[in-house]
Amino acid sequence: MLLSEICGIVNGTVVSGESRLSQKAEYAFASDLMSDVLTLKVDHFILITGLANVQSVRTAEMSDAPYLLLCRGKEVSEEMLKLAIENNILIIKSPFSMFKCAGLLYSAGIKPVY
Amino acid sequence: MHFEYKVEGGDFTLAGYASSQIKKTLKQLGADPAVIKRVVVALYEAEVNIVAHAYRGVIYADIQPGGITLRLVDEGPGIPDVEMAMTKGFSTASPQVREMGFGAGMGLPNISENADSFSIETEINKGTTLTIGINFK
Repeated sequence: MLLSEICGIVNGTVVSGESRLSQKAEYAFASDLMSDVLTLKVDHFILITGLANVQSVRTAEMSDAPYLLLCRGKEVSEEMLKLAIENNILIIKSPFSMFKCAGLLYSAGIKPVY
Repeated sequence: MHFEYKVEGGDFTLAGYASSQIKKTLKQLGADPAVIKRVVVALYEAEVNIVAHAYRGVIYADIQPGGITLRLVDEGPGIPDVEMAMTKGFSTASPQVREMGFGAGMGLPNISENADSFSIETEINKGTTLTIGINFK
């Protein structure tokens, strides 16, 4: 599914990496535990999280997961934004909860990693 | 090729900088993406461990044609029970570390899983040295 469609489904706002909206993603993983994200063997998945700090962007970078969906309207700090731009990471901010974002995307056909 | 990075304990803003630099270098060298991911995941977990648990540390990275050797030397409290620390789910991390998305007792087991060789030397009230080896093929 196109990231632009995904953005629409979660009523999202693009914060960085707009050029990636024309790319497609097949899988997503929802977690606030970055150590758990780092155990995944897949890449190019959407990281759905409520963790709004530099480490969520770093984890996306290290996991080769260039799509970060930040839930509950969490603010993106300057450090997060700088790091996301540096690594061309798409950050979409959604007003919905992590549960709702995950549910909507699952219903729309995005696959779980497990 | 040899690289060194200083890491400050408690500085979560910069945690991951060394891992990011190593990732960029390995990409430039044309290493297999799957291997790069194993290297950076192991290194990032280890780098976060220094920030989370030690006072300061240095990361030494040696890249050779056959693979990479990472040595993370920290000054810190040391690990009282290495076997326990290697157990999935065991953690002594502070609430601040947990707020950063870490400290769930998954770091050392994940480093071990991604490494071809992995050793821990530790001394109480002195520090810990992790040595991680990952082959390129």
